[in-house]
Amino acid sequence: MRRAYFKANWIAALLVAPQLLIIFVFFYWPASQALYWSLTLEQPWGGGNTWVGFENFRTLLSDAYYWNSVRVSFVFAIASTALAMSMALVLALFADRQLRGYKFFRVGMIWPYAIAAPAVGLAFRFVFNPHAGILSYINEVLPGFWDPTVNGTQAVIMVVVAGAWKSIAYNFIFFLAALQSIPRSLIEASAMDGAGPMRRMRDLQLPLIAPTFFFILVINITDSFTDSFGIVDVLTGGGPARATDLLVYKIYADGFRGFDYSGAAAQSVILMVLVMALTFVQFRYIERRVHYT
Amino acid sequence: MTMKLACSVAALAIAAAGSVGAQDRVKFEYWYGLTGDLGAVVLETCNRFNASQDKYEAVCIGQDGYDQAVQNTIAAFRANQHPTLLQSFDAGTADLMLSGEFYPVHKLMADTGIEVDWDDYFPGIANYYSASTGEFFSMPWNSSTPVYYFNKDHFAAAGITEAPLTWEGMEAAFYALRDSGQACALAYAPSTWIDLEQFSMVHNVPVASNDNGYAGLDTELLFNTTQHVQHMENIQRWIGEGVAQIRTAQSGMTARDSFVSGECSIFFSSIADHNTVHKLAPSFAWDVQIIPVYEGFARHNTVVGGASLWVLSGKTDAEYEAAANYLAFLATKPEQQFLLENTGYIPVTKSTYDALLAEGFYAREPFINRDIAMKSLTYTEPTNLTRGIRLGSFIQIRAEWVNEVQAALAGQKTMQEALDTAVARGNDLLDRFERTYAGKTFP
Repeated sequence: MRRAYFKANWIAALLVAPQLLIIFVFFYWPASQALYWSLTLEQPWGGGNTWVGFENFRTLLSDAYYWNSVRVSFVFAIASTALAMSMALVLALFADRQLRGYKFFRVGMIWPYAIAAPAVGLAFRFVFNPHAGILSYINEVLPGFWDPTVNGTQAVIMVVVAGAWKSIAYNFIFFLAALQSIPRSLIEASAMDGAGPMRRMRDLQLPLIAPTFFFILVINITDSFTDSFGIVDVLTGGGPARATDLLVYKIYADGFRGFDYSGAAAQSVILMVLVMALTFVQFRYIERRVHYT
Repeated sequence: MTMKLACSVAALAIAAAGSVGAQDRVKFEYWYGLTGDLGAVVLETCNRFNASQDKYEAVCIGQDGYDQAVQNTIAAFRANQHPTLLQSFDAGTADLMLSGEFYPVHKLMADTGIEVDWDDYFPGIANYYSASTGEFFSMPWNSSTPVYYFNKDHFAAAGITEAPLTWEGMEAAFYALRDSGQACALAYAPSTWIDLEQFSMVHNVPVASNDNGYAGLDTELLFNTTQHVQHMENIQRWIGEGVAQIRTAQSGMTARDSFVSGECSIFFSSIADHNTVHKLAPSFAWDVQIIPVYEGFARHNTVVGGASLWVLSGKTDAEYEAAANYLAFLATKPEQQFLLENTGYIPVTKSTYDALLAEGFYAREPFINRDIAMKSLTYTEPTNLTRGIRLGSFIQIRAEWVNEVQAALAGQKTMQEALDTAVARGNDLLDRFERTYAGKTFP
């Protein structure tokens, strides 16, 4: 295969320089700073730090509550991604089938994505309120059944639903766009061959949107590890009893609220490595099954 | 046309006058954490200061919460863009104290030649904000202390004639309320400030060794060995029996909302809520009482909560002079009264309090009985255990306590186990803090 390349390397360097500069300023520099702090005990107001090697990492990795955070983060990532993707896919398939009112839903479904995470949290705080919310009707039938302020599992469910609700809109746009890019002639031909809607979906539409599916999967998993902070902060504050203490929320609580910059830096480094590893795994093992046309 | 011209000429003249005035004035920045109505009051004090003289100008910027005020200031400080004045809450100041990056107000006032009668401050407030030598680090301003709020109508219906001053009396009241048909007697929200810190003050029991951290950095937490354990076990029992119910923001209804709506008869909070509850105008008669003690314990003073104003290092003399004048302005009687009238906070100096009493300020609605906070704050002279709490990583220690208490309330462990864990984890944090500031001591 013949490769195109620039003879003068400095042109290439010049062309990528702005991009590299941005990546350096907004990623490599802060990341290296975090790495450095994670190996020290940093005084928040400046004034120096003490080198402690890997102590911050040892402390974290030997802390049962930290592993709890890791576990909760995985549960949240998997559950909210599965929920958000499956709901979005179902909705997109219906919108694509041009059922009644689909024009409205095509636009209306996008709105939730425009709502800021804390606002979503506030809305769901009302929905899930055990005393006055919509779910309080459950408590009228089964007194004391629903109380996410005490029951950790229920708190996790609450955060998962709120988190998924927000990303459904985003996923929906991509799924719908992918479905609409499938040539109508393919669908019509299979319909003439006698394939019903379910069969067409299974054998035709889903395989054809696999690249989009993969993209959405990577984005959703990454997002649920790094961008779930706002909802947790408003809805549960990490509680009850650390039940919803996601990794990213713990970083905020320890670093910004608690002024433990070094501990938070070590957690950030771990989270960064974790997200990178997850993305790598997805590209290595799942992307193989994706066929790009 | 002429009208338009006249207008623009006038506008120009005003702009010119404004800019001349602004140029003459020494500006300084003040970052505060209070939000909502309270934030508006802070802003109003700045406007009042700026209108009261023409030499200095306070530029006051709300930071949307105490946490954020300190966080943002640290970030700005590292970039040398920090304000001259910072409103910082009690738990956020240990790092600032040890960093030494502040200008003690005692020294600031002396250097700028402003006379302040430091002995005029209530000892419960003074001790909290001053060095071991008795000199003030920061300027007390919005100060409060906890009390409990009770529904007088519910109490009357349950045959309770006196608001109880002991926990034993309180427990009897809970059951009397329940027997009178009141489903929720106490709206409970776990709070280290009330359940642990102020509770330990009034009982004169330690939260931590080294006189609650005042005497050194090698401090260990002790609250899993004191009456606090018994108290938390009682709270757990009351919740189990249904007379107390957990009411937090996360449950959709705070303790205060539950009280104001008449659902629950009692809730514990800062006296600063007195103003808010009054504004929310509950449809029943209500009052406040100082927090109870257990029988067999001699009641001691509570300490101040709220925030104080810190002057940060690295500013010019002119800015310091301006900030000093603003602080002196806030400490005057009219300005303290302005704060009191518009919020639920309490006076910080004896002279102001005495003057207000003499004027009958506390005999008028809505201020009636609000000075019960002063009674709580000055109940005894502060002892070594009731001066306050000076712990590093205090915000994280508070979070450990909350998380462990929640675990106990959810039935995952006993209260004793929960508090033991909180203490063990808190001690690790204190140890980390001590090593972060190796060789330093609280001034």
